[in-house]
Amino acid sequence: MDEFAVKVFVRLRPSVLDPAGEATKSASIKLGAEGIKSLRIGKMIELKIEGNEENEVREKIDLLCDRLFTNTVIEDYEYSLKKL
Amino acid sequence: MDNFTVGVVVFPGSNCDRDVSWALEGCLGIKTKYLWHESSDLSDVEAIVLPGGFSYGDYLRCGAIARFSPLINALDDFVKSGKRVLGICNGFQILTESGFLPGALVANKNLNFICDDSELDIVSSKGGWFNNGDEKQTIKLPIAHGEGRYYCDSDTLKKLVDNELIALRYRNNPNGSSFDIAGITNEKGNVLGLMPHPERACDEAIGGTDGLHTLKSLITK
Repeated sequence: MDEFAVKVFVRLRPSVLDPAGEATKSASIKLGAEGIKSLRIGKMIELKIEGNEENEVREKIDLLCDRLFTNTVIEDYEYSLKKL
Repeated sequence: MDNFTVGVVVFPGSNCDRDVSWALEGCLGIKTKYLWHESSDLSDVEAIVLPGGFSYGDYLRCGAIARFSPLINALDDFVKSGKRVLGICNGFQILTESGFLPGALVANKNLNFICDDSELDIVSSKGGWFNNGDEKQTIKLPIAHGEGRYYCDSDTLKKLVDNELIALRYRNNPNGSSFDIAGITNEKGNVLGLMPHPERACDEAIGGTDGLHTLKSLITK
């Protein structure tokens, strides 16, 4: 059985206002950083998971992302997967 | 009717469970029973309240972990049988996360935790949760939340409006909710989720009694 390292990135959908991102953008500008056009805050979830095949692992990750890691009403996700 | 019992669900992190029980028993004389979130036996309660608080520390998203508790799994049949479920604040968040109600609740637009009284328009009489006998169309209930901004896409909003599922709207939208939405029901009307706290408005001594009708309407014949 192989082990896979997975990184899941969760983002608010573009249509959902991100007030924390707006506040951080405003602070970034106050810090003196110029040219910031947009700033949005998401989450990153790291996990290690065992599986025989990559497809089987991907199915599990899709289930976790769709049902637990994200609320698809407000969030999108993508993930990277690396065999260890 | 004397035996009518309302189940008040207790998650790790619930903090309005006792307020709800106090309001139901002390102000209205309605029997309550605390239901631990690991229980899936709902046979001896006739209605259920999901109270406010921070279930499971609000980890991941508000209500996201609570959704997987045995009790919430058992709630599906309870709701389908037509029995009444009231989700207040964190309870509303749990109802949206678990798909009993559409949409989602996200961080307040101004990022503040808002603790205030809110003036609310009663929009729909579906389920009879707010349809006061005195035809009062505006009520005042306290709010206390950091993640109470109701969000849904435009198709869902249209469905909510067309089917009269919007129960309450803020007069002075404090958190940036879509369409000023403070509370919604399911299509059948037996499930209500709202951010304001009716259990904190059940006695003149604490500022008002506009929440009494909502709690009283948990009782069905």
